[in-house]
Amino acid sequence: MQIYLDNAATTKMSKTAIEAMLPYMDTVYGNPSSLHSAGQVAAEALTDARQRIAACIGASSKEITFTSGGSESDNQAILSAARLGERRGKKHIISTAFEHHAVLHTLKMLEKEGFEITLLDVHENGIVLPQQVAEAIRDDTCLVTVMYANNEIGTIQPIKEIGAVCREKGILFHTDAVQAAGHLHIDVQEQNIDMLSLSAHKFHGPKGIGVLYARKGIPLTGIIEGGAQERGKRAGTENIPAIMGMAAALEEACAHIDENAEKMTALRDKLIKGLSKIPHSILNGDAQRRLPGNVNFCFEGIEGESLLLLLDDKGICASSGSACTSGSLDPSHVLLAIGRVHDIAHGSLRLSLSEETSEEEIKYTIQSVTEVVEYLRSMSPIWRDLVSGRKEFVIK
Amino acid sequence: MALYSEKVMDHFRNPRNVGVIENADGVGEVGNAKCGDIMKIYLKIENGVIADAKFETFGCGSAIASSSMATELIKGKPVSEALTLTNKAVVEALDGLPAHKIHCSVLAEEAIKKALQDYYEKAGIAYDHTQFPDCESCGHCCGHEG
Ligand SMILES: Cc1ncc(COP(=O)(O)O)c(C=O)c1O
Ligand SMILES: [Zn+2]
Repeated sequence: MQIYLDNAATTKMSKTAIEAMLPYMDTVYGNPSSLHSAGQVAAEALTDARQRIAACIGASSKEITFTSGGSESDNQAILSAARLGERRGKKHIISTAFEHHAVLHTLKMLEKEGFEITLLDVHENGIVLPQQVAEAIRDDTCLVTVMYANNEIGTIQPIKEIGAVCREKGILFHTDAVQAAGHLHIDVQEQNIDMLSLSAHKFHGPKGIGVLYARKGIPLTGIIEGGAQERGKRAGTENIPAIMGMAAALEEACAHIDENAEKMTALRDKLIKGLSKIPHSILNGDAQRRLPGNVNFCFEGIEGESLLLLLDDKGICASSGSACTSGSLDPSHVLLAIGRVHDIAHGSLRLSLSEETSEEEIKYTIQSVTEVVEYLRSMSPIWRDLVSGRKEFVIK
Repeated sequence: MALYSEKVMDHFRNPRNVGVIENADGVGEVGNAKCGDIMKIYLKIENGVIADAKFETFGCGSAIASSSMATELIKGKPVSEALTLTNKAVVEALDGLPAHKIHCSVLAEEAIKKALQDYYEKAGIAYDHTQFPDCESCGHCCGHEG
């Protein structure tokens, strides 16, 4: 038995997506750049997929660039805005402290080049306010990039309102919608979005394929040089099977977005309620304004990696923001950004649901996590100090 | 999970010597919660021999496995021999640790040394101070790899 609760890391491909890919591996295998008919059939498929994906987010075909995924889209969006700003003498970028590393590391690189970066506070509830963005904007700001939903704690940002602030000031607005696409409604027009990143493997599509949406008129800077694919903005023969799989997966996810959200939210809240009963535990991120499938807790007195390993023994696949699991010294920058101290951040657990998650799985998970946390606490010197009063609980 | 050897997983899943020794002859605690690993070792020493060893650990899988293995390696040994336990011996006995987890075995070695030092102090036995690591607050974080 396996209970997969790590859908924020990646998802299982849907049957629809797999079936959509298959013909493009054997029968329609031409290169869309070729003039012959085999190539032209592939080119038509590509045009069709681009059109369908654009429709899912309220964009037009010409505004869609295919990339290798969320990381590349984030890199290209930010670099494009930076190069554009640079030419106008604008070298200030606004973002948040808890973006994905694909964003943060790109910003770090630009900082070394002389850009100034402002990272906004995301508060204990994991939500940035449009007013903070308005206050941070300067004459030399060239880009605001704020993620739609956070990948660790699932909190949803007021994208439309932030977009409106940027629009009013004439500043480009990019959003990393990797966790949102297929799960939350996206309409780039209505939500004032200039650039947006998404990645197929987070909504039951294939891995290694994604989209960068850029509003008409925004010139993209190429980061992969070579052929003239993607209007010269992204060289390399298009991954047609993956693109077809992505288009099918996104259409399917968007067609069922409300019913899926309703079902997952109900299970999510059951899981949150169940885990809240564990003493000295705390939910990370706003309880309501979060992805339908995201649950993230800190448990005082234990460490996340051992928690994950023991849950894995019970058949539960989960993730943690502890340093030991990230392979670095520090625990998750997201948990630190919402004010969790190191000691507490090491004991974090993320459970991310899918449409297929069942009520039985949630019940079993609540029981298993409760048992494992209790067991690990029983051998934790910190826990002993806490219960004996030698140390004070951080989580009451 | 292929991250760890079978041996590590065995000691992680079924840790030996978990617990506390009341009125222990030596207690050593190293690491801190900030870096994500704390180990506490309790020793019962009779006639210069480690009669019993127990541990409590807050930490990752390899931290728990290292504590378990280290206590196994010193139980029944003379204090003088326990003092020579190296983190390398712990790693070898565990059939290896991933490079970024070596610090866990270092913690185990240091926790045992610290417990032995505490024993010398409590028993009023003169000893060579240079035998013991002096990193108090968080030497392990600094030496952390990965
Ligand atoms: C918010 C966010 N941005 C970017 C990425 C990177 O996406 P990809 O794995 O497709 O490069 C991820 C996935 O881990 C993500 O969750
Ligand atoms: Zn560790």
